[in-house]
Amino acid sequence: MKRGFALKRDWIHGWLLLLPAMVFLFAFTHIPAVTTFLNSFFSTPRGRRPAKFIGLSNYERMLDDPVFWKVLWNNVWFAFGTIPASVGLAIVMALWVNDRLAGRSFVRMAYFTPTVLPLIAVANIWLFFYTPGFGLVDQITGALFGWPASNYLGNPDTALNAIIVVTVWKEAGFFMIFYLAALQAIPVTLKEAAQIEGAGRWTVFWRITFPLLMPTTLFVCVNAVINSFRLVDHIFILTDGGPDNASALLLFYIYEVAFRFWETAYGATLTVALLVLLSLLAIGQFFFFDRKVHYK
Amino acid sequence: MTGTGFSLDRILNTFAAWSLALLWVLPLAYAVWTAFHPAAYEARFELLAPLTLDNFAKAWDAAPFARYFLNTFLLVSLILAGQFFLGTLAAFAFARFQFPGRNLLFTLVLLQLLVMPDILMVENYQTIRLLNLVDTIPAIALPYIASGFGIFLLRQTFMTIPKELDEAARIEGASVLGVLWRVYIPLAKPTYLAYGLVSVSHHWNNFLWPLIVTNSVDTRPVTVGLSIFSAIDSGVEWSVINAATLMTSGPLLIAFLLFQRQFVQSFMRAGIK
Repeated sequence: MKRGFALKRDWIHGWLLLLPAMVFLFAFTHIPAVTTFLNSFFSTPRGRRPAKFIGLSNYERMLDDPVFWKVLWNNVWFAFGTIPASVGLAIVMALWVNDRLAGRSFVRMAYFTPTVLPLIAVANIWLFFYTPGFGLVDQITGALFGWPASNYLGNPDTALNAIIVVTVWKEAGFFMIFYLAALQAIPVTLKEAAQIEGAGRWTVFWRITFPLLMPTTLFVCVNAVINSFRLVDHIFILTDGGPDNASALLLFYIYEVAFRFWETAYGATLTVALLVLLSLLAIGQFFFFDRKVHYK
Repeated sequence: MTGTGFSLDRILNTFAAWSLALLWVLPLAYAVWTAFHPAAYEARFELLAPLTLDNFAKAWDAAPFARYFLNTFLLVSLILAGQFFLGTLAAFAFARFQFPGRNLLFTLVLLQLLVMPDILMVENYQTIRLLNLVDTIPAIALPYIASGFGIFLLRQTFMTIPKELDEAARIEGASVLGVLWRVYIPLAKPTYLAYGLVSVSHHWNNFLWPLIVTNSVDTRPVTVGLSIFSAIDSGVEWSVINAATLMTSGPLLIAFLLFQRQFVQSFMRAGIK
């Protein structure tokens, strides 16, 4: 009977310890996620007119909304532009920094510093960097190749790519850290054994290092995918989504719809789309990588 | 140790690593250059150009940055205190107690790693409005106080602590919270440090949610203040904007340069799962 009593007491202690955190989690994550879904079936309340049930109208509107498709497409392009580049650079950076390189600590600091800066500050720095004619980008391309001044952020063809460059710059050093940790966990003997067998650096990397880094790559990729839907701060400064939504991403559009046009119900509908997309990607990635990851 | 220490391969790698590093610091270096020189040298690079702190003084006078810094400081402290408190209790429950619903609740906690409060800004704004907290510092902090990431991280750490220590303390008559306070928290100090650094730098830099819930000088954190200050149509000189930019990132940047090793290790520790 003593044991049963102890178990019950365990229950109560566990629940009580959890209670405060769960209240906040439910209030700001789980309940809003559910109400977002519910509100997407209602109209936006305005003044005295309360919200009324309108079925799938918001979803029909979304499917007919050219801006929605535009920002969705932009987001896909943004993900493909940022994820492979930043993850690839992160691996290369980590390999270099892990090596016995001259001036290693400076190099590591240079790679990692953008991570500590606020994305807003990063955007300011790059806005200046990109300034037509006068910014360093134009000065360098002008001096080296004789290119004329160009407005990278004001041109619909280049605005999103210019933002991708900024994002890669900001993220690569962050991901590098995880690879650095993983590299340090790989036993040196493994590499030495391969080298004694006559394997070159290239073979060692693809046959030993890279497969052993797979769990890290999974972790980094999940993060990178989430980030590609979450990082929008710099867009506010660099282009404000323009020109003509050329550089707007899904979350930025949700902000515009909900807090500039105050169409909260449509904003909720777009949020549902984002949540569905994120969940599908998370599940998909898990299954895709699960077959390729070699856990130790 | 294969004796190829000075091979061509090695030199090429060093060269490439350095080139990338220089490329990586270039944007920041350019901002530093303009911030510390008079406006006339914004695009002219002369080694002996006169140095000045005028740009910082101008920026400091042009916008209430002192207030913004105070707001950010309060915000970051509030979030960190809340996250430590709630996270510690929840992590302890998950690590050491058996109770019905544990796995389900843990899954719900992990769900927050995917569905972050930022994404739910439309609904969270309604909640904050219902609570009558719009344009207050607690409003910025509330959605982040319970962090799935923090709970997970602390739980992992608590689970590595030997149960024998726990039981020994209980035999000596310590209560549940006493054990937590005297055994678990002291042994998890490195995790708290790591998580604290990550949390502080994350919320110092956060922008979108504070932009939505604040609309006055008394509540705006530095990121929002900076974005208003540097809005394109404000006609402020570039050198002054760059000074303001460096100023707002300054405390974190300096802390990073001083405690580089701890920072890097903290981010590593926080990322290994």
